[in-house]
Amino acid sequence: MSIEVLNLSFSYGEQPVLEDVSFTAESNELLSILGPNGVGKTTLFRCILGLLTGYKGEILLDGINIKRLRIEEMARLIAYIPQIHYPSFNYSVFDMVLMGTSVQVSAISTPGRKQRKLVETALKRLGIYHLKDRGYTRISGGERQLVLLARALVQQAKILVLDEPTSNLDFGNQVRVLTEIKSLAREGYTVIQATHNPDQTFLFSDTVMAMKDGRVLAWGPPDEIYTADLIYSLYGVEVAMESLYHDKARVCIPKSIVEENHVSRFCS
Amino acid sequence: MERCKRNTLIVVGLALLLMIAIVISFRLGRYPISTKEVLGILLSRIYPIEPFWTDRMETVMINIRLPRIVLACLVGCCLSAAGAAYQGIFQNPMAAPDILGASAGAAFGAALAILNHGSGFMITVSAFFFSLLTVSLVYLVSKRVRGKSILGLILAGIIVSSLVSAGTSFIKLVADPTDQLPAITYWLMGSLSGARIRDIKFAVIPMTIGLVPLLLLRWRMNVLTMGDDEARTMGVDANQVRFIVIICATLTTASSVSVSGMIGWVGLVIPHLARKLVGNNYNHLMPATILFGAIFLLLVDNVSRTLLATEIPLGILTAFVGAPFFIYLITRERET
Repeated sequence: MSIEVLNLSFSYGEQPVLEDVSFTAESNELLSILGPNGVGKTTLFRCILGLLTGYKGEILLDGINIKRLRIEEMARLIAYIPQIHYPSFNYSVFDMVLMGTSVQVSAISTPGRKQRKLVETALKRLGIYHLKDRGYTRISGGERQLVLLARALVQQAKILVLDEPTSNLDFGNQVRVLTEIKSLAREGYTVIQATHNPDQTFLFSDTVMAMKDGRVLAWGPPDEIYTADLIYSLYGVEVAMESLYHDKARVCIPKSIVEENHVSRFCS
Repeated sequence: MERCKRNTLIVVGLALLLMIAIVISFRLGRYPISTKEVLGILLSRIYPIEPFWTDRMETVMINIRLPRIVLACLVGCCLSAAGAAYQGIFQNPMAAPDILGASAGAAFGAALAILNHGSGFMITVSAFFFSLLTVSLVYLVSKRVRGKSILGLILAGIIVSSLVSAGTSFIKLVADPTDQLPAITYWLMGSLSGARIRDIKFAVIPMTIGLVPLLLLRWRMNVLTMGDDEARTMGVDANQVRFIVIICATLTTASSVSVSGMIGWVGLVIPHLARKLVGNNYNHLMPATILFGAIFLLLVDNVSRTLLATEIPLGILTAFVGAPFFIYLITRERET
C-alpha cells in the first residue's frame, strides 16, 4: 500500500498552515514526521485521513485520489490511531477494539463472531489480551495506546497514521509502543507517525520528514538528514550530536545546558 | 464473553420484570381484580377461555386500565430511549430530551396546536416540528459555547428551553381560560389519565418509527461516542448517523409528549441506571434502557393513580425522583 502526497497546501482563512508538502511512503516503511508543535502535523493528518477537504494538491492511496473514495472505502485503506484520550463513556477494552471492525458490518448490525476473533488475535498480538474485560479508562496510558493500536489493526487497513503515539507515556511504554509500531512496518504496513522526540525518531524510523512552518524542511533516511543543524532549524536549540553504536543511534544534547552544568560543577 | 452473557441475562430479566409489573398494574385500582382474573382476561384475547370473571371486570381492564398501562410503557420506552440516544450522539452523559429542550419544544408545539383547535394528528406534527427545531437550535448554540462541551450543551439547553417556555406561557396567556387554558396547563404537568385506545393507536406508529432505528443503529452509536473524527476514520459517517438518530429520538420524544404531556427526568435518569446495570455498550444498553424505562414509568403511573383519591400528575412524581438523582450525578466524582 503506498501513499503519495503531492504539493499539498492548506490554509485556515488567510493563515497558511501547510505549504507545498510532498512526500511518499511505501509498505514496510515507518515514516516519522518531526517538527515543533503547531507546525501543521495534525492538519496534514486530517487531510490525509479525509477529514479536511478544502486543500490544494493531491493525496493518492495506491494511485487513487482520496477525494474519490467513500468513507467506508477510506476506512478499509487507512486507519487512524489518535493520541490517548478520555472518551465520554467508559467501554471495556474488548468493545473498544471491536469498534474498529465497524466498517466490516452493515450500518444496522453488530460485529459478530468473525470480528470478535479478529479482536482476540489483535489483543494477543499486542500482549494485552488479559486486559480485555477491563475498562478502557482504568488502564495505564501505555496500555491505552496499545488498545488504540489494536483497534486500528482489526480495521485491517494497511496504512496506519499515528498522532504522537508516545506523548504522555513514560519511557518504558514509549519504547514498548514504538517497538510494536516498528514491527508492524516490518510486517508490511505503511506507517506514518507524528513525533516529537528526535532521538527516538532516528532510532526507529526508516524515513524522516522534518517540517517547519507548514513546509517540508528535509525528507529522507534518518542518517542523512538527522543533524545538529536540522535540530537547530527546527527547534532553535543548539545541540551537540553524538553518534553511538557505529551510528546505529544518535543522541542530541542541548549545548547551553551542558556548558552551564560544566561551569557550575567544576568552576565554583 | 461472560460479561456479554451476563448482560443478556439482565436484559431478559428486565423483560420478565416488565411482564410482572404489567400484571400487577392491572390489579391496581379501585375496582378489585385478582391476578387469576387478569391473566384469564388477557389470555382470552388470544385463546378462547370460558369466562370466570364478570363483564364489568373485563370492561374496566380492557377499556380503562389497558390503554393506560400500554401508554405508560410506551412513553417510558420512548423517553428513555431518546435520552440514551442523545447521550451517545452528543458524546455527553448529561444529554436528555428535557436538557436538550426536546420536551419543551414539543410542549410549545402541542400547546400551539391546542390553541388553534388542532386535532390529535396536528398536535403530534406540531410537537415534532418544534421539538426538532429546539434540539437543532440547542445543538448549534452549544457548538459555539467556548470551553467544556458538556457544560455548553446544558447551558444552551437552559437558554433555549426557557425561551421556548416563555413562548408556551404566552400561549397560555392568550388561550381561552374556560377550556383551552386548563387543558394546556394540566397537559403540561404530564399525565396519562386521559389515555384511550384511540390515543395508543395514534401514537404507536410514530413511536415505532422512531424506536426501531434507534435499536438498529445501536452499534453505530457506540462508535459515535468516540467523536466524529475517529468515527469517520473507522468508516462511520458521524453526521449521517447523528442526523438519523436526532430525527428518530426527537420523533419518539414528540410523540410521547403529544400523548402524555411533559414528563421530565425519565430520559436522563433511566439511561444512567441502565448504564450502571449493563455498562455503556449500546448493544445491551439500548434494550435495557427501553425495558427499564417502561417499568419505571409504569410503576410511577401506578403511584400517580392510586396514591391519592385525585390523580397526581406524572411529571410531578418523576421530578421528585429525578431531581435528587440529578444532584447525585453532578456531584459524584468523575470516573477515571
